[in-house]
Amino acid sequence: MSAATETTDVLFETLLRLGDDSLILGQRLGEWCGHAPSVEVDLSLANMGLDLIGQATHFLGRAGEIEGNGRDGDAIAFRRDVLDFRNCWLVEQPNGDFARTMARQFLFSTWQEMLFGHLEGSKDDFIASVAAKAVKEVRYHAELSAEWVIRLGDGTGESRRRMAEGLDWHWRFVPELFEMDEIASAAAERGIGADVSAFREDYDRRVRAVLAEATLEVPKDQRPILGGRRGHHGEHLGHLLAVMQYLPRTYPDATW
Amino acid sequence: MVRAAGLAQAVDGIWNVVESVPDPEIPVVSVVDLGIVRSVSPEKVTITPTYTGCPATQVIERDIRDALDAAGYRNVAIETALSPPWTTDWISEEGRAKLKAYGIAPPLPPGQREVECPQCGSTRTEEVSRFGSTPCKAQWRCRDCLEPFDLFKCH
Repeated sequence: MSAATETTDVLFETLLRLGDDSLILGQRLGEWCGHAPSVEVDLSLANMGLDLIGQATHFLGRAGEIEGNGRDGDAIAFRRDVLDFRNCWLVEQPNGDFARTMARQFLFSTWQEMLFGHLEGSKDDFIASVAAKAVKEVRYHAELSAEWVIRLGDGTGESRRRMAEGLDWHWRFVPELFEMDEIASAAAERGIGADVSAFREDYDRRVRAVLAEATLEVPKDQRPILGGRRGHHGEHLGHLLAVMQYLPRTYPDATW
Repeated sequence: MVRAAGLAQAVDGIWNVVESVPDPEIPVVSVVDLGIVRSVSPEKVTITPTYTGCPATQVIERDIRDALDAAGYRNVAIETALSPPWTTDWISEEGRAKLKAYGIAPPLPPGQREVECPQCGSTRTEEVSRFGSTPCKAQWRCRDCLEPFDLFKCH
């Protein structure tokens, strides 16, 4: 058995993947703070970001305990370099305009709600309890973003064009959400992680139903971009980390 | 028997202390009214976060710690439990009444769909925003008295 399939390593990697998705998308949503089209939307985006950072705090803190090298959640979030991040490509995409942000949220939250629904039954008690708690919050994210997809898609010519472009931009990152690589398969076999391929059809059905209500066409399939789970990222993630990690790296012992 | 009575007394004493700790975001209700305190034993107080990312969680833990210390319960630990997850069903009747008196519509009981304006009692109300001033609240407005208000979301 290779080192990568030892149970502790599988658990650690699984927690990193879960935590990094939430951390990076939470940071992206935080970038909207003070810039959203209206105060209500500003609150929505910041609050969803807060929920996600709360998830990240749990997952990454636990990853540090499992690793047993004395790193806490903050050390994992703020003192890792870009190649050590395990988030999917979808969450690191730049915000773009409001429609693109909402397209990303819709594609991600719909998936995350299904994922957490499965993880409620994880054999790892910690993952199961965070999933059971967070799934209710994520359901709200999925509903809210679906409403915006419909409102903008079935809106003015301009809002429709922007939502269609936002979905089209993110479409190539969706297949990665359903990738079952060595780690994901090992986690699913041990009952720690979910077999994401099991809910691909449900996901497609839900996405299509919302797009139909939004009177939008399903985007054409594109060459999938994969590799985030193994540390291969786009140019944008490094820039995000530069902003996010600046303070704790410049002043390592800063507290407030 | 004496020992059992002593234990019960300690537990009552700790409950009295935690009941005096207000929620930092909504100070009219206590952390007990909100269902944040899950259980009390002579050794520890078990609390649960409301929302995963609730920034008040750390403040709440510190406030409970300060209150316990001030009352002489320095050896009573505080433990956080995530499971089973908190739900708005755990808000006490008293807590719901206090929320309403404060101007926040309490979470709807199962089956009820109409949101009552906490100011005038009208049910001609509408949602303005799915998130309000905190993640646990949505923003609503009354179409009769025209006042905006927060609704504590079902969770």
